[in-house]
Amino acid sequence: MPQSSEIAVEFRDVSFEIDRRKILADLNLSIYRGETIVLLGRSGSGKTTMLKLINRLAIPTTGVVSIDDRSTADWDTIKLRRRIGYAIQDIGLFPHFNVSENIGLVPSLERWQTSRIEARVYELLNLVGLEPEVFARRYPHQLSGGQRQRVGVARALAADPPILLMDEPFGALDPITRLELQRQFLYLQQQLGKTVVFVTHDIQEAFLLGTRIGLMNEGNLVVLGTKDELLQSQHSEARAFIACLNAWEMGG
Amino acid sequence: MFSNEDVAEIILRSGEHLILVTIAMIVAISIGIPLGIAITRYPKLAQPILGVANALQTIPSLAIFGFLISVPFLGGIGKNPAIVALTLYALLPLIRNTYVGINSVDRAITEAGRGMGMTDWQLLTQVEIPLASGAILAGIRVATAISVGVATIAAAIGGGGLGVFIFRGLATIDNRLILMGAVPAAAIALGADLALGWVEQRLTEQPLRRGKLDRKYAIGGGILALLIAGLVGINYFQAPPTIAIGSKNFTEQVILGELLAQQIETHTNIKVDRQLNLGGAFICHEAVKAGKIAGYVEYTGTSLIQILKQAPIKDPQLVFDTVKQAYDRQFQLEVLSPLGFENTFAFIIRNEDAQRLQIKTLSEAAKYTPQMRGGFGYEFLERQDGYPALAKTYGLKFAKIQQMEFSLMYPAIEKKSVDLIAANSTDGLIPVLNLTILEDDKKYFPPYQAVPIFNRATLKKYPQIQPVIDKLAGKISTQDIQQMNYQVDNKSRPVDRVVREWLKSKNLT
Repeated sequence: MPQSSEIAVEFRDVSFEIDRRKILADLNLSIYRGETIVLLGRSGSGKTTMLKLINRLAIPTTGVVSIDDRSTADWDTIKLRRRIGYAIQDIGLFPHFNVSENIGLVPSLERWQTSRIEARVYELLNLVGLEPEVFARRYPHQLSGGQRQRVGVARALAADPPILLMDEPFGALDPITRLELQRQFLYLQQQLGKTVVFVTHDIQEAFLLGTRIGLMNEGNLVVLGTKDELLQSQHSEARAFIACLNAWEMGG
Repeated sequence: MFSNEDVAEIILRSGEHLILVTIAMIVAISIGIPLGIAITRYPKLAQPILGVANALQTIPSLAIFGFLISVPFLGGIGKNPAIVALTLYALLPLIRNTYVGINSVDRAITEAGRGMGMTDWQLLTQVEIPLASGAILAGIRVATAISVGVATIAAAIGGGGLGVFIFRGLATIDNRLILMGAVPAAAIALGADLALGWVEQRLTEQPLRRGKLDRKYAIGGGILALLIAGLVGINYFQAPPTIAIGSKNFTEQVILGELLAQQIETHTNIKVDRQLNLGGAFICHEAVKAGKIAGYVEYTGTSLIQILKQAPIKDPQLVFDTVKQAYDRQFQLEVLSPLGFENTFAFIIRNEDAQRLQIKTLSEAAKYTPQMRGGFGYEFLERQDGYPALAKTYGLKFAKIQQMEFSLMYPAIEKKSVDLIAANSTDGLIPVLNLTILEDDKKYFPPYQAVPIFNRATLKKYPQIQPVIDKLAGKISTQDIQQMNYQVDNKSRPVDRVVREWLKSKNLT
């Protein structure tokens, strides 16, 4: 997997509060160019908030989030967001746009020529394994959950952003489709080498996709490391997640 | 059942109605939708703005019209205040549906849009408005239905429309006329709803593309807008009639208004715009004071008590002199010579009751009223010289008092849903429906002589008017007016013909 020691995204002493309630506390994290970092945690542990701090849908209460060594506060928010692909659960597709319009959204915001957008949409549909002739004119409600997810990923990749944020993109899928998409993601990642921040509550998914895994617990980043490092961790939250994994394997 | 003339007028009034509603809706949409959008951006303003729009809608339409008469530019009488009032009524559903529609767009969708780098404007025009368009259109449908309904009341201030038939029908107790107004109004409401429903369906079937309307729709909309603008233009820039004559909204007043109008038109070269059926003494007074109408016929007692708010006086001459002086000083209005008859309040019961109970006067009736149901107009129950003081004078008590529209009283007493009504001594239906007037034996009611009241500035501008009106002085007897009321009320004869015949009989043509 292509990866360098260059830092793409950095959290420095970041905390985030809503109505004086701490959501994230004193967070420090460097994400390297080309790696896939998976944020693993229960619901409410603060992992989605971390994504939103990166594309400035949330603004840190204290501390600094920087992209390419520049604080997100100093970026033009719109330009920043257009450099960052954003894929969320399938509800994020625009129901009144067809597949081609959904995927072509950021390129058209960037005022690409129509022919170039069209070519890009076809290329991406092929990339995510959807037949362009069949799917380009369909609307989201005419797609299966897995197909919507593929469109969501294609849309996030449309303007070829160096950074990709994915918020439980495969969460609502059946296990077979999910595995298929996870494999395809790995294949894509090998080809494209994006910096990916991937949020999930599924430890298997984390192990399968992550270069490194960040374990979140009640707003703190409690473990950060590879799969093996996480397996060795004595932190109670890490043990709890690994216990799930074991229970699952024994049951199966 | 309907003559060609009827059909022509139905088409004309339907056209007026449509124009009122269309203009009001265009104005309301161009205010309401942006306002609805604005309060999604500034949530602090949402409650106050929705509150005001809500309050506006609870004000009775006649009250809004009355208030608007004295407002410059937007007010007065005619189409402008009608459009203003319709617009105010249409605002609430438009603002609320836009606001709710945009706020109920799934947060995940707007967040996805924002996260991909859409600006607020792009998010609004490409995502939020298209997704809220169903709710917004539903708001437009509701607002249109309300407007079609309220527009019938526009006739009360000379705004035209199908309400003209309804008011005329109510005044003359003519169901056919009421239907001539009500049925086309219902048809317009239904038609508009169907058309907008069709648009709504098309919008949800084929989502708007990128917030840009199809060229086809743009051209269609442009043509429609031009057509409407043309219609509006024609309506507003027709050769303006020189002066306007007004009247209140009951038969006798319409006859007297028409009479003034014909008298002026026969003897001068001035054209008269008939603003008949204005909604009550207050509206007529404000209109003549503001010069929106040149004149109308008022009753001296009404002027004294209701307009000047003075205590009742019993001597007719003294009342006339007091009113004339006060109008001259306070309002710059000319009170011309009395027309000849008086229209006092009359307490009316069925002949059969009068005979059975052996009563002829109000004093005698006081014994039996606790077993009677009274039917009184809103105005009569409210005004100082009306029911409260009268009941005290005669010691009247009723089993039940029913508030009712003036024009519904005669059907009510005829069908025995009330036993005693307060109406006018000149009503043509009194002899026809076998009713008896109870004598005001304590002379409680002040004299109500009919007098033309004119705007002084108009009389100065057109000096030929006053001599012509003066020729009518003392010419109309109580029998004359009862007869004319009867012709219109009971024989359903057109007002202009009845008036023409009377003028001829007095050698005034």
